[in-house]
Amino acid sequence: MSVKIVSRNFETPNADKIDVYESLGGYKSLEKLFAMKPDDVIEFVKKSGLRGRGGAGFSTGMKWSFVPKNVDKPKYLCVNADEGEPGTFKDRKILQLDPHQMIEGVIICCYAVGIKTAYVYIRGEYVKPQAHLHSAIAEAYKKGYLGKNIKGSGFDLDIHIHRGAGAYICGEETGLIESLEGKKGMPRSKPPYPAVIGVFGCPTVVNNVETLATLPWIMNNGSEAYAGFGTEKSTGTMLFSISGSVERPGVYESPFGVNLWDFIESSTGGVRGGRALKAVIPGGSSAAILTAEETRATNLDYESIAAAGSMVGSGAIMVLSEDDSIVKALQVIARFYSHESCGQCPQCREGTYYISEIMDRVLAGDGKPGDIERILEMCPSMLGQTVCVLADSIAIPAKSYIDKFRPEFESCIKGAAATA
Amino acid sequence: MDEEFAFSEASEKEFMETLERYPTKMAALLPALWIAQNQNGYITPPIMEYIAERLDLSPVHVYSVCEFYTMYHKSPPGRYHIQLCRTLSCVLCKMEDIQGHLESRYGIRAGKKTEDGMFSLTLAECLGSCGTAPVMRVNDVYCENLTIAKVDRIIEACKRGETLEEDPMLAH
Ligand SMILES: Cc1cc2nc3c(=O)[nH]c(=O)nc-3n(C[C@H](O)[C@H](O)[C@H](O)COP(=O)(O)O)c2cc1C
Ligand code: FES
Repeated sequence: MSVKIVSRNFETPNADKIDVYESLGGYKSLEKLFAMKPDDVIEFVKKSGLRGRGGAGFSTGMKWSFVPKNVDKPKYLCVNADEGEPGTFKDRKILQLDPHQMIEGVIICCYAVGIKTAYVYIRGEYVKPQAHLHSAIAEAYKKGYLGKNIKGSGFDLDIHIHRGAGAYICGEETGLIESLEGKKGMPRSKPPYPAVIGVFGCPTVVNNVETLATLPWIMNNGSEAYAGFGTEKSTGTMLFSISGSVERPGVYESPFGVNLWDFIESSTGGVRGGRALKAVIPGGSSAAILTAEETRATNLDYESIAAAGSMVGSGAIMVLSEDDSIVKALQVIARFYSHESCGQCPQCREGTYYISEIMDRVLAGDGKPGDIERILEMCPSMLGQTVCVLADSIAIPAKSYIDKFRPEFESCIKGAAATA
Repeated sequence: MDEEFAFSEASEKEFMETLERYPTKMAALLPALWIAQNQNGYITPPIMEYIAERLDLSPVHVYSVCEFYTMYHKSPPGRYHIQLCRTLSCVLCKMEDIQGHLESRYGIRAGKKTEDGMFSLTLAECLGSCGTAPVMRVNDVYCENLTIAKVDRIIEACKRGETLEEDPMLAH
Protein backbone atom coordinates (compact mmCIF):
# COMPACT_ATOMS: atom_id res chain seq x y z
CA MET A 1 0.00 0.00 0.00
CA SER A 2 1.51 3.28 -1.01
CA VAL A 3 0.37 6.16 1.16
CA LYS A 4 1.92 9.58 0.94
CA ILE A 5 1.37 12.08 3.68
CA VAL A 6 4.63 13.87 4.45
CA SER A 7 6.18 13.18 1.05
CA ARG A 8 3.07 13.99 -0.99
CA ASN A 9 4.53 17.16 -2.51
CA PHE A 10 8.06 15.88 -3.07
CA GLU A 11 7.47 15.24 -6.74
CA THR A 12 5.72 18.53 -7.45
CA PRO A 13 8.14 21.02 -9.00
CA ASN A 14 8.68 24.18 -6.92
CA ALA A 15 6.56 23.01 -3.99
CA ASP A 16 9.05 24.97 -1.88
CA LYS A 17 7.58 28.19 -3.33
CA ILE A 18 4.63 29.56 -1.43
CA ASP A 19 2.32 30.03 -4.43
CA VAL A 20 2.72 26.42 -5.45
CA TYR A 21 2.40 25.26 -1.86
CA GLU A 22 -0.81 27.23 -1.41
CA SER A 23 -2.20 25.86 -4.66
CA LEU A 24 -1.65 22.38 -3.18
CA GLY A 25 -3.78 23.32 -0.18
CA GLY A 26 -0.93 24.70 1.87
CA TYR A 27 -1.66 26.81 4.99
CA LYS A 28 -5.33 25.79 4.78
CA SER A 29 -5.12 24.16 8.20
CA LEU A 30 -4.65 27.52 9.90
CA GLU A 31 -8.28 28.50 9.57
CA LYS A 32 -9.32 25.39 11.47
CA LEU A 33 -6.42 25.85 13.88
CA PHE A 34 -7.31 29.39 14.95
CA ALA A 35 -10.94 28.37 15.44
CA MET A 36 -9.83 25.84 18.04
CA LYS A 37 -8.72 26.38 21.63
CA PRO A 38 -5.01 25.65 22.07
CA ASP A 39 -5.70 22.85 24.56
CA ASP A 40 -8.04 21.22 22.09
CA VAL A 41 -5.28 21.23 19.50
CA ILE A 42 -3.07 19.32 21.94
CA GLU A 43 -5.84 16.78 22.46
CA PHE A 44 -6.36 16.54 18.71
CA VAL A 45 -2.69 15.72 18.14
CA LYS A 46 -2.67 13.27 21.07
CA LYS A 47 -5.60 11.46 19.50
CA SER A 48 -3.80 11.06 16.19
CA GLY A 49 -1.20 8.97 18.01
CA LEU A 50 1.62 10.89 16.31
CA ARG A 51 5.00 10.01 17.80
CA GLY A 52 8.26 11.91 17.46
CA ARG A 53 10.23 11.07 14.32
CA GLY A 54 13.59 12.23 15.67
CA GLY A 55 14.42 8.89 17.22
CA ALA A 56 12.77 8.48 20.60
CA GLY A 57 9.23 7.99 19.27
CA PHE A 58 7.57 9.82 22.14
CA SER A 59 3.92 10.94 21.83
CA THR A 60 3.95 14.45 20.38
CA GLY A 61 0.70 15.62 21.99
CA MET A 62 1.81 14.25 25.34
CA LYS A 63 5.13 16.09 25.11
CA TRP A 64 3.32 19.38 24.46
CA SER A 65 1.01 18.79 27.40
CA PHE A 66 4.00 18.70 29.78
CA VAL A 67 4.74 22.36 29.12
CA PRO A 68 3.42 24.37 32.08
CA LYS A 69 0.42 26.51 31.16
CA ASN A 70 0.57 29.55 33.35
CA VAL A 71 4.11 30.76 33.50
CA ASP A 72 5.20 34.32 33.04
CA LYS A 73 8.33 33.26 31.15
CA PRO A 74 8.37 33.01 27.38
CA LYS A 75 8.20 29.51 25.90
CA TYR A 76 10.22 28.28 22.96
CA LEU A 77 10.10 25.70 20.20
CA CYS A 78 13.37 24.24 18.97
CA VAL A 79 12.96 22.50 15.65
CA ASN A 80 15.49 19.72 15.48
CA ALA A 81 16.91 19.91 11.96
CA ASP A 82 20.32 18.63 12.98
CA GLU A 83 19.77 15.29 11.21
CA GLY A 84 22.93 13.50 12.20
CA GLU A 85 21.98 9.90 12.92
CA PRO A 86 23.98 7.91 10.34
CA GLY A 87 21.71 6.64 7.60
CA THR A 88 19.11 9.40 8.00
CA PHE A 89 18.45 11.82 5.15
CA LYS A 90 14.71 12.55 5.18
CA ASP A 91 14.66 15.90 6.97
CA ARG A 92 16.98 17.25 4.29
CA LYS A 93 14.30 16.37 1.70
CA ILE A 94 11.55 18.07 3.69
CA LEU A 95 13.62 21.20 4.24
CA GLN A 96 14.62 21.52 0.62
CA LEU A 97 11.58 20.19 -1.25
CA ASP A 98 8.70 21.19 1.03
CA PRO A 99 9.79 23.60 3.75
CA HIS A 100 6.39 25.28 4.00
CA GLN A 101 4.85 22.07 5.23
CA MET A 102 7.21 22.19 8.19
CA ILE A 103 6.60 25.92 8.77
CA GLU A 104 2.86 25.25 8.83
CA GLY A 105 3.52 22.51 11.38
CA VAL A 106 5.59 24.92 13.46
CA ILE A 107 2.65 27.33 13.53
CA ILE A 108 0.33 24.53 14.70
CA CYS A 109 2.69 23.46 17.47
CA CYS A 110 3.39 27.00 18.68
CA TYR A 111 -0.28 27.95 18.73
CA ALA A 112 -1.14 24.82 20.72
CA VAL A 113 1.58 25.36 23.30
CA GLY A 114 1.51 29.16 23.44
CA ILE A 115 4.93 29.74 21.91
CA LYS A 116 5.88 32.98 20.18
CA THR A 117 9.44 32.20 19.16
CA ALA A 118 10.76 29.14 17.32
CA TYR A 119 14.36 28.37 16.43
CA VAL A 120 15.18 25.94 13.66
CA TYR A 121 18.50 24.36 14.61
CA ILE A 122 19.81 23.16 11.24
CA ARG A 123 23.00 21.22 10.73
CA GLY A 124 25.82 23.34 9.36
CA GLU A 125 26.31 21.23 6.24
CA TYR A 126 22.74 21.77 5.02
CA VAL A 127 23.45 25.01 3.17
CA LYS A 128 21.00 24.47 0.34
CA PRO A 129 18.14 23.18 2.52
CA GLN A 130 18.80 26.19 4.76
CA ALA A 131 18.56 28.54 1.80
CA HIS A 132 15.24 27.00 0.75
CA LEU A 133 13.93 27.21 4.31
CA HIS A 134 15.14 30.79 4.58
CA SER A 135 13.26 31.90 1.47
CA ALA A 136 10.20 29.97 2.57
CA ILE A 137 10.17 31.72 5.93
CA ALA A 138 10.53 35.10 4.20
CA GLU A 139 7.61 34.26 1.91
CA ALA A 140 5.49 33.17 4.87
CA TYR A 141 6.14 36.49 6.65
CA LYS A 142 5.22 38.39 3.52
CA LYS A 143 1.93 36.55 3.20
CA GLY A 144 1.08 37.08 6.87
CA TYR A 145 1.49 33.48 8.02
CA LEU A 146 4.27 34.56 10.37
CA GLY A 147 4.85 37.69 12.38
CA LYS A 148 2.29 39.70 14.31
CA ASN A 149 -1.41 38.85 14.49
CA ILE A 150 -1.26 35.99 12.01
CA LYS A 151 -4.30 36.13 9.70
CA GLY A 152 -6.19 38.25 12.21
CA SER A 153 -6.01 35.55 14.90
CA GLY A 154 -4.23 37.71 17.44
CA PHE A 155 -1.49 35.06 17.51
CA ASP A 156 2.13 36.18 16.99
CA LEU A 157 5.00 33.96 15.92
CA ASP A 158 8.60 34.45 14.82
CA ILE A 159 10.80 31.74 13.34
CA HIS A 160 14.58 32.08 13.35
CA ILE A 161 17.15 29.82 11.75
CA HIS A 162 20.14 28.80 13.86
CA ARG A 163 22.97 27.13 11.98
CA GLY A 164 24.92 24.33 13.69
CA ALA A 165 28.60 23.87 13.05
CA GLY A 166 29.34 20.17 12.86
CA ALA A 167 28.66 18.13 15.99
CA TYR A 168 26.39 15.08 16.03
CA ILE A 169 25.68 15.47 19.73
CA CYS A 170 23.79 18.71 19.07
CA GLY A 171 20.99 16.52 17.71
CA GLU A 172 20.36 15.32 21.25
CA GLU A 173 17.72 17.71 22.52
CA THR A 174 19.59 19.13 25.50
CA GLY A 175 22.86 19.23 23.55
CA LEU A 176 20.93 21.24 20.98
CA ILE A 177 19.68 23.60 23.67
CA GLU A 178 23.18 24.14 25.07
CA SER A 179 24.48 24.77 21.57
CA LEU A 180 21.70 27.23 20.82
CA GLU A 181 22.64 29.10 23.99
CA GLY A 182 26.16 29.54 22.60
CA LYS A 183 27.98 26.74 24.36
CA LYS A 184 29.54 23.39 23.58
CA GLY A 185 26.75 20.95 22.79
CA MET A 186 27.08 18.90 25.94
CA PRO A 187 23.80 17.24 26.95
CA ARG A 188 22.26 18.12 30.29
CA SER A 189 21.14 15.60 32.85
CA LYS A 190 17.39 15.17 33.03
CA PRO A 191 15.20 16.02 34.89
CA PRO A 192 14.46 18.84 34.57
CA TYR A 193 13.11 18.10 31.11
CA PRO A 194 13.17 20.81 28.44
CA ALA A 195 9.38 21.13 28.73
CA VAL A 196 9.98 22.72 32.13
CA ILE A 197 13.48 24.19 31.87
CA GLY A 198 14.78 24.28 28.32
CA VAL A 199 16.48 26.98 26.33
CA PHE A 200 17.29 30.25 28.13
CA GLY A 201 15.87 28.69 31.32
CA CYS A 202 12.37 28.66 29.82
CA PRO A 203 9.85 25.92 28.97
CA THR A 204 10.81 24.45 25.62
CA VAL A 205 9.44 21.97 23.11
CA VAL A 206 11.97 20.15 20.96
CA ASN A 207 10.48 18.47 17.90
CA ASN A 208 11.95 16.88 14.83
CA VAL A 209 11.37 18.38 11.35
CA GLU A 210 9.29 15.42 10.15
CA THR A 211 7.15 15.35 13.29
CA LEU A 212 6.18 18.97 12.64
CA ALA A 213 5.74 18.46 8.91
CA THR A 214 3.14 15.77 9.62
CA LEU A 215 0.87 18.16 11.56
CA PRO A 216 -0.82 20.06 8.70
CA TRP A 217 -2.13 16.82 7.18
CA ILE A 218 -3.47 15.72 10.56
CA MET A 219 -5.18 19.09 11.09
CA ASN A 220 -6.76 18.97 7.64
CA ASN A 221 -7.80 15.33 7.59
CA GLY A 222 -8.45 14.61 11.24
CA SER A 223 -6.86 12.57 14.00
CA GLU A 224 -8.92 9.53 13.15
CA ALA A 225 -7.91 9.61 9.50
CA TYR A 226 -4.26 9.64 10.55
CA ALA A 227 -4.72 6.93 13.14
CA GLY A 228 -6.51 4.92 10.45
CA PHE A 229 -3.10 4.22 8.92
CA GLY A 230 -0.59 1.99 10.63
CA THR A 231 -1.24 -0.09 13.72
CA GLU A 232 -3.00 0.66 16.96
CA LYS A 233 0.08 2.01 18.73
CA SER A 234 2.18 2.97 15.73
CA THR A 235 -0.25 5.19 13.93
CA GLY A 236 0.13 6.85 10.58
CA THR A 237 3.09 6.79 8.23
CA MET A 238 6.78 7.56 8.49
CA LEU A 239 9.54 8.51 6.10
CA PHE A 240 12.15 5.78 5.89
CA SER A 241 15.63 6.58 4.63
CA ILE A 242 16.85 3.38 2.98
CA SER A 243 20.52 3.11 2.06
CA GLY A 244 23.42 0.72 1.74
CA SER A 245 23.44 -2.28 -0.56
CA VAL A 246 20.11 -1.83 -2.32
CA GLU A 247 19.27 -1.15 -5.96
CA ARG A 248 17.47 2.16 -5.48
CA PRO A 249 18.24 3.79 -2.16
CA GLY A 250 16.10 6.73 -1.13
CA VAL A 251 13.41 8.13 1.13
CA TYR A 252 10.22 6.08 1.02
CA GLU A 253 7.07 6.69 3.01
CA SER A 254 5.07 3.82 4.43
CA PRO A 255 2.30 3.23 6.90
CA PHE A 256 3.47 1.30 9.95
CA GLY A 257 2.73 -2.37 10.24
CA VAL A 258 3.94 -3.59 6.85
CA ASN A 259 6.43 -6.41 6.63
CA LEU A 260 9.93 -4.92 6.93
CA TRP A 261 11.53 -6.85 4.10
CA ASP A 262 8.55 -6.56 1.74
CA PHE A 263 8.67 -2.82 2.20
CA ILE A 264 12.42 -2.58 1.58
CA GLU A 265 12.25 -4.86 -1.42
CA SER A 266 9.23 -3.32 -3.07
CA SER A 267 10.44 0.26 -2.65
CA THR A 268 14.13 -0.16 -3.47
CA GLY A 269 14.13 -3.15 -5.78
CA GLY A 270 15.95 -5.30 -3.24
CA VAL A 271 19.60 -6.06 -2.63
CA ARG A 272 22.02 -4.54 -5.11
CA GLY A 273 23.15 -6.79 -7.92
CA GLY A 274 20.79 -9.56 -6.88
CA ARG A 275 23.07 -10.53 -4.01
CA ALA A 276 21.69 -12.28 -0.94
CA LEU A 277 20.54 -10.25 2.03
CA LYS A 278 22.79 -10.51 5.06
CA ALA A 279 21.41 -8.07 7.59
CA VAL A 280 19.42 -4.90 8.13
CA ILE A 281 19.96 -2.06 10.57
CA PRO A 282 16.42 -0.76 10.91
CA GLY A 283 16.62 2.51 12.84
CA GLY A 284 19.87 4.38 12.39
CA SER A 285 23.33 3.26 13.42
CA SER A 286 22.39 3.19 17.11
CA ALA A 287 19.92 0.37 16.45
CA ALA A 288 20.63 -3.31 16.99
CA ILE A 289 21.14 -5.27 13.78
CA LEU A 290 18.61 -7.77 12.42
CA THR A 291 19.61 -10.90 10.52
CA ALA A 292 18.07 -11.60 7.11
CA GLU A 293 15.74 -14.07 8.73
CA GLU A 294 14.63 -11.60 11.41
CA THR A 295 14.14 -8.92 8.78
CA ARG A 296 11.78 -11.15 6.82
CA ALA A 297 9.85 -12.09 9.95
CA THR A 298 9.40 -8.59 11.38
CA ASN A 299 6.82 -5.93 10.77
CA LEU A 300 7.78 -2.30 10.51
CA ASP A 301 6.27 -0.57 13.52
CA TYR A 302 7.58 0.57 16.90
CA GLU A 303 6.27 -2.47 18.79
CA SER A 304 7.25 -5.17 16.31
CA ILE A 305 10.76 -3.84 15.82
CA ALA A 306 11.18 -3.53 19.59
CA ALA A 307 9.95 -7.11 19.98
CA ALA A 308 12.63 -8.13 17.48
CA GLY A 309 15.19 -6.47 19.77
CA SER A 310 15.83 -3.29 17.81
CA MET A 311 14.18 0.08 17.21
CA VAL A 312 12.51 2.25 14.58
CA GLY A 313 14.61 5.20 15.73
CA SER A 314 14.95 7.83 13.03
CA GLY A 315 13.68 5.49 10.32
CA ALA A 316 17.12 5.00 8.80
CA ILE A 317 17.24 1.52 7.29
CA MET A 318 20.66 0.30 6.21
CA VAL A 319 20.90 -2.88 4.19
CA LEU A 320 23.92 -5.18 4.13
CA SER A 321 24.43 -7.84 1.49
CA GLU A 322 26.37 -11.07 1.63
CA ASP A 323 29.38 -9.14 0.28
CA ASP A 324 29.38 -6.63 3.14
CA SER A 325 31.45 -7.19 6.25
CA ILE A 326 29.80 -6.92 9.64
CA VAL A 327 33.24 -6.47 11.20
CA LYS A 328 33.86 -3.47 8.97
CA ALA A 329 30.39 -2.10 9.75
CA LEU A 330 31.12 -2.20 13.46
CA GLN A 331 34.51 -0.59 12.96
CA VAL A 332 32.92 2.27 11.02
CA ILE A 333 30.16 3.00 13.49
CA ALA A 334 32.45 2.58 16.51
CA ARG A 335 34.73 5.21 14.98
CA PHE A 336 31.70 7.44 14.48
CA TYR A 337 30.58 7.31 18.12
CA SER A 338 34.12 7.69 19.39
CA HIS A 339 34.54 10.78 17.23
CA GLU A 340 31.17 12.23 18.28
CA SER A 341 31.26 11.59 22.04
CA CYS A 342 31.16 14.99 23.71
CA GLY A 343 33.50 13.63 26.37
CA GLN A 344 31.73 14.70 29.54
CA CYS A 345 30.93 11.17 30.82
CA PRO A 346 33.97 8.93 31.37
CA GLN A 347 32.10 5.71 30.48
CA CYS A 348 31.20 7.16 27.10
CA ARG A 349 34.44 8.96 26.36
CA GLU A 350 36.58 5.94 27.22
CA GLY A 351 34.19 3.18 26.17
CA THR A 352 33.65 4.56 22.68
CA TYR A 353 37.39 5.12 22.35
CA TYR A 354 38.36 1.58 23.36
CA ILE A 355 35.75 -0.15 21.22
CA SER A 356 36.81 1.93 18.26
CA GLU A 357 40.49 1.23 18.90
CA ILE A 358 39.94 -2.51 19.21
CA MET A 359 37.86 -2.57 16.04
CA ASP A 360 40.46 -0.54 14.12
CA ARG A 361 43.02 -3.13 15.15
CA VAL A 362 40.81 -6.12 14.36
CA LEU A 363 40.03 -4.77 10.93
CA ALA A 364 43.66 -3.95 10.23
CA GLY A 365 44.41 -7.66 10.71
CA ASP A 366 45.91 -7.16 14.12
CA GLY A 367 43.10 -8.65 16.23
CA LYS A 368 44.01 -10.64 19.32
CA PRO A 369 42.23 -13.47 21.07
CA GLY A 370 40.05 -11.88 23.74
CA ASP A 371 39.24 -8.75 21.72
CA ILE A 372 35.62 -9.77 21.25
CA GLU A 373 35.27 -10.48 24.95
CA ARG A 374 36.86 -7.15 25.80
CA ILE A 375 34.21 -5.33 23.78
CA LEU A 376 31.39 -7.34 25.32
CA GLU A 377 32.73 -6.65 28.82
CA MET A 378 32.80 -2.95 28.09
CA CYS A 379 29.16 -2.79 27.04
CA PRO A 380 27.30 -3.05 30.38
CA SER A 381 29.12 -0.01 31.77
CA MET A 382 27.90 1.96 28.75
CA LEU A 383 24.22 1.13 29.10
CA GLY A 384 22.03 3.54 31.03
CA GLN A 385 24.97 5.05 32.92
CA THR A 386 25.47 8.36 31.21
CA VAL A 387 23.91 11.79 30.79
CA CYS A 388 22.65 10.97 27.29
CA VAL A 389 22.34 7.73 25.35
CA LEU A 390 25.29 8.18 22.98
CA ALA A 391 27.20 5.47 24.87
CA ASP A 392 24.22 3.12 24.64
CA SER A 393 24.13 3.90 20.93
CA ILE A 394 27.34 1.97 20.34
CA ALA A 395 27.05 -0.58 23.14
CA ILE A 396 23.70 -1.88 21.83
CA PRO A 397 24.74 -2.36 18.20
CA ALA A 398 28.19 -3.68 19.16
CA LYS A 399 26.68 -6.42 21.28
CA SER A 400 24.10 -7.30 18.63
CA TYR A 401 26.62 -7.44 15.76
CA ILE A 402 28.85 -9.73 17.81
CA ASP A 403 26.05 -11.91 19.16
CA LYS A 404 24.52 -12.46 15.74
CA PHE A 405 27.64 -12.62 13.59
CA ARG A 406 30.28 -13.88 15.99
CA PRO A 407 31.94 -16.28 13.53
CA GLU A 408 32.76 -13.33 11.26
CA PHE A 409 34.56 -11.58 14.08
CA GLU A 410 36.30 -14.77 15.14
CA SER A 411 37.53 -15.60 11.67
CA CYS A 412 38.83 -12.07 11.27
CA ILE A 413 40.83 -12.43 14.47
CA LYS A 414 41.91 -16.00 13.72
CA GLY A 415 43.01 -14.93 10.28
CA ALA A 416 45.18 -12.33 11.94
CA ALA A 417 46.66 -14.89 14.31
CA ALA A 418 47.34 -17.26 11.41
CA THR A 419 49.22 -14.72 9.36
CA ALA A 420 51.10 -13.29 12.33
CA MET B 1 51.41 36.72 12.48
CA ASP B 2 47.67 36.87 12.90
CA GLU B 3 46.19 40.16 11.89
CA GLU B 4 43.94 42.39 13.94
CA PHE B 5 40.32 41.68 13.17
CA ALA B 6 37.11 43.68 12.94
CA PHE B 7 33.82 42.94 11.21
CA SER B 8 33.44 44.47 7.77
CA GLU B 9 30.46 46.73 7.20
CA ALA B 10 28.38 43.88 5.79
CA SER B 11 29.39 41.53 8.61
CA GLU B 12 28.61 44.19 11.18
CA LYS B 13 25.12 44.60 9.80
CA GLU B 14 24.56 40.85 9.86
CA PHE B 15 25.94 40.66 13.39
CA MET B 16 23.62 43.38 14.68
CA GLU B 17 20.62 41.63 13.10
CA THR B 18 21.70 38.37 14.67
CA LEU B 19 21.80 39.85 18.15
CA GLU B 20 18.14 40.79 17.87
CA ARG B 21 17.08 37.20 17.42
CA TYR B 22 18.12 36.02 20.88
CA PRO B 23 17.36 37.00 24.47
CA THR B 24 21.03 36.57 25.43
CA LYS B 25 24.23 37.77 23.79
CA MET B 26 25.90 34.41 24.27
CA ALA B 27 23.40 32.74 21.93
CA ALA B 28 24.84 34.80 19.09
CA LEU B 29 28.20 33.06 19.45
CA LEU B 30 27.80 30.34 16.81
CA PRO B 31 26.31 32.81 14.31
CA ALA B 32 29.08 35.32 15.06
CA LEU B 33 31.74 32.69 14.38
CA TRP B 34 30.00 31.89 11.07
CA ILE B 35 29.95 35.55 10.10
CA ALA B 36 33.64 35.85 10.92
CA GLN B 37 34.51 32.69 9.01
CA ASN B 38 32.59 33.89 5.97
CA GLN B 39 34.54 37.12 6.07
CA ASN B 40 37.98 35.75 6.83
CA GLY B 41 37.90 32.14 5.62
CA TYR B 42 38.98 30.76 8.99
CA ILE B 43 38.98 31.62 12.67
CA THR B 44 42.13 33.10 14.23
CA PRO B 45 42.88 33.85 17.89
CA PRO B 46 42.38 37.61 17.32
CA ILE B 47 38.95 36.81 15.85
CA MET B 48 38.05 34.83 18.94
CA GLU B 49 39.15 37.69 21.15
CA TYR B 50 37.23 40.18 19.06
CA ILE B 51 34.04 38.11 19.24
CA ALA B 52 34.50 37.53 22.96
CA GLU B 53 34.64 41.26 23.47
CA ARG B 54 31.64 41.96 21.26
CA LEU B 55 29.53 39.38 23.13
CA ASP B 56 30.84 40.03 26.66
CA LEU B 57 32.22 36.51 26.88
CA SER B 58 35.55 35.24 28.10
CA PRO B 59 38.01 34.45 25.31
CA VAL B 60 38.41 30.99 26.85
CA HIS B 61 34.71 30.31 26.35
CA VAL B 62 34.86 31.37 22.71
CA TYR B 63 37.99 29.32 22.18
CA SER B 64 36.49 26.14 23.68
CA VAL B 65 33.28 26.51 21.68
CA CYS B 66 35.22 27.08 18.49
CA GLU B 67 37.27 23.94 19.16
CA PHE B 68 34.16 21.85 19.84
CA TYR B 69 32.60 22.32 16.39
CA THR B 70 34.30 20.76 13.39
CA MET B 71 33.11 23.23 10.77
CA TYR B 72 35.03 26.22 12.08
CA HIS B 73 38.39 26.22 10.36
CA LYS B 74 41.27 26.99 12.66
CA SER B 75 43.70 27.31 9.76
CA PRO B 76 43.14 28.32 6.15
CA PRO B 77 41.54 25.45 4.19
CA GLY B 78 42.25 24.87 0.51
CA ARG B 79 40.45 27.01 -2.03
CA TYR B 80 38.27 23.96 -2.49
CA HIS B 81 37.70 22.27 0.83
CA ILE B 82 36.45 18.71 0.40
CA GLN B 83 34.59 16.74 3.05
CA LEU B 84 34.30 13.12 2.01
CA CYS B 85 31.84 11.05 4.04
CA ARG B 86 33.33 8.01 5.73
CA THR B 87 30.26 6.67 7.55
CA LEU B 88 28.47 3.37 7.03
CA SER B 89 26.25 3.89 4.00
CA CYS B 90 29.09 5.55 2.12
CA VAL B 91 31.44 2.72 3.11
CA LEU B 92 28.87 0.22 1.83
CA CYS B 93 28.94 2.18 -1.44
CA LYS B 94 32.74 2.09 -1.69
CA MET B 95 33.82 5.54 -0.53
CA GLU B 96 37.29 4.06 -0.12
CA ASP B 97 37.66 3.90 -3.90
CA ILE B 98 36.87 7.60 -4.09
CA GLN B 99 39.34 8.41 -1.34
CA GLY B 100 41.99 6.29 -3.04
CA HIS B 101 41.42 8.05 -6.35
CA LEU B 102 41.63 11.54 -4.83
CA GLU B 103 44.94 10.54 -3.31
CA SER B 104 46.56 8.61 -6.15
CA ARG B 105 45.38 10.76 -9.04
CA TYR B 106 45.41 14.22 -7.47
CA GLY B 107 47.55 13.91 -4.35
CA ILE B 108 44.60 15.06 -2.23
CA ARG B 109 45.09 13.42 1.16
CA ALA B 110 42.87 13.26 4.20
CA GLY B 111 43.78 15.89 6.78
CA LYS B 112 46.06 17.69 4.31
CA LYS B 113 46.10 20.59 1.90
CA THR B 114 47.72 20.27 -1.54
CA GLU B 115 50.92 22.28 -1.96
CA ASP B 116 49.34 24.72 -4.39
CA GLY B 117 46.66 25.46 -1.79
CA MET B 118 43.89 24.41 -4.17
CA PHE B 119 42.46 21.45 -2.30
CA SER B 120 42.12 20.28 1.27
CA LEU B 121 40.37 17.11 2.37
CA THR B 122 38.81 15.94 5.59
CA LEU B 123 36.92 12.72 6.12
CA ALA B 124 33.53 13.64 7.50
CA GLU B 125 30.89 11.72 9.41
CA CYS B 126 27.50 11.04 7.80
CA LEU B 127 26.54 14.04 5.69
CA GLY B 128 22.84 13.20 5.60
CA SER B 129 22.93 12.08 2.00
CA CYS B 130 23.27 8.33 2.40
CA GLY B 131 20.75 7.62 -0.36
CA THR B 132 23.13 9.11 -2.89
CA ALA B 133 26.32 7.60 -1.49
CA PRO B 134 29.20 7.98 -1.88
CA VAL B 135 29.05 11.67 -1.14
CA MET B 136 31.38 14.59 -0.62
CA ARG B 137 30.93 18.29 -0.07
CA VAL B 138 33.14 20.67 -2.01
CA ASN B 139 32.98 23.93 -0.13
CA ASP B 140 29.21 24.17 0.36
CA VAL B 141 28.14 22.03 -2.57
CA TYR B 142 26.99 18.42 -2.19
CA CYS B 143 28.48 16.11 -4.82
CA GLU B 144 26.48 12.88 -4.77
CA ASN B 145 26.46 9.44 -6.40
CA LEU B 146 30.20 9.77 -6.86
CA THR B 147 32.05 7.66 -9.39
CA ILE B 148 35.69 7.95 -10.41
CA ALA B 149 34.61 9.69 -13.62
CA LYS B 150 32.40 12.13 -11.72
CA VAL B 151 35.21 12.95 -9.30
CA ASP B 152 37.47 13.67 -12.28
CA ARG B 153 34.89 16.06 -13.73
CA ILE B 154 34.49 17.82 -10.39
CA ILE B 155 38.20 18.24 -9.74
CA GLU B 156 38.84 19.47 -13.28
CA ALA B 157 35.98 21.95 -12.96
CA CYS B 158 37.50 23.24 -9.72
CA LYS B 159 40.87 23.63 -11.39
CA ARG B 160 39.22 25.73 -14.08
CA GLY B 161 37.71 27.84 -11.32
CA GLU B 162 34.13 26.93 -12.21
CA THR B 163 31.29 27.14 -9.72
CA LEU B 164 29.90 23.72 -8.90
CA GLU B 165 26.18 23.03 -8.99
CA GLU B 166 24.34 20.43 -6.96
CA ASP B 167 22.39 17.77 -8.84
CA PRO B 168 18.66 18.40 -8.55
CA MET B 169 17.23 16.70 -5.47
CA LEU B 170 14.98 13.81 -6.38
CA ALA B 171 11.76 12.93 -4.59
CA HIS B 172 13.17 9.68 -3.26
C1 LIG C 1 22.93 11.26 20.44
C2 LIG C 1 21.60 11.68 19.95
C3 LIG C 1 21.46 12.31 18.72
C4 LIG C 1 20.22 12.73 18.25
N1 LIG C 1 20.14 13.32 17.01
C5 LIG C 1 18.93 13.76 16.57
C6 LIG C 1 18.81 14.43 15.32
O1 LIG C 1 19.80 14.59 14.60
N2 LIG C 1 17.59 14.86 14.93
C7 LIG C 1 16.46 14.68 15.71
O2 LIG C 1 15.39 15.12 15.33
N3 LIG C 1 16.55 14.06 16.89
C8 LIG C 1 17.74 13.59 17.35
N4 LIG C 1 17.82 12.98 18.58
C9 LIG C 1 16.57 12.87 19.38
C10 LIG C 1 16.34 14.13 20.17
O3 LIG C 1 17.02 14.05 21.41
C11 LIG C 1 14.85 14.35 20.50
O4 LIG C 1 14.33 13.18 21.04
C12 LIG C 1 14.00 14.73 19.30
O5 LIG C 1 14.53 15.81 18.62
C13 LIG C 1 12.60 15.08 19.77
O6 LIG C 1 11.76 15.37 18.69
P1 LIG C 1 10.55 14.41 18.31
O7 LIG C 1 9.80 14.11 19.58
O8 LIG C 1 9.75 15.18 17.34
O9 LIG C 1 11.16 13.18 17.73
C14 LIG C 1 19.06 12.52 19.04
C15 LIG C 1 19.19 11.89 20.28
C16 LIG C 1 20.43 11.46 20.72
C17 LIG C 1 20.53 10.79 22.04
S1 FES D 1 26.81 7.70 5.44
FE1 FES D 1 27.66 9.03 4.01
S2 FES D 1 26.11 10.52 3.82
FE2 FES D 1 25.30 9.23 5.37
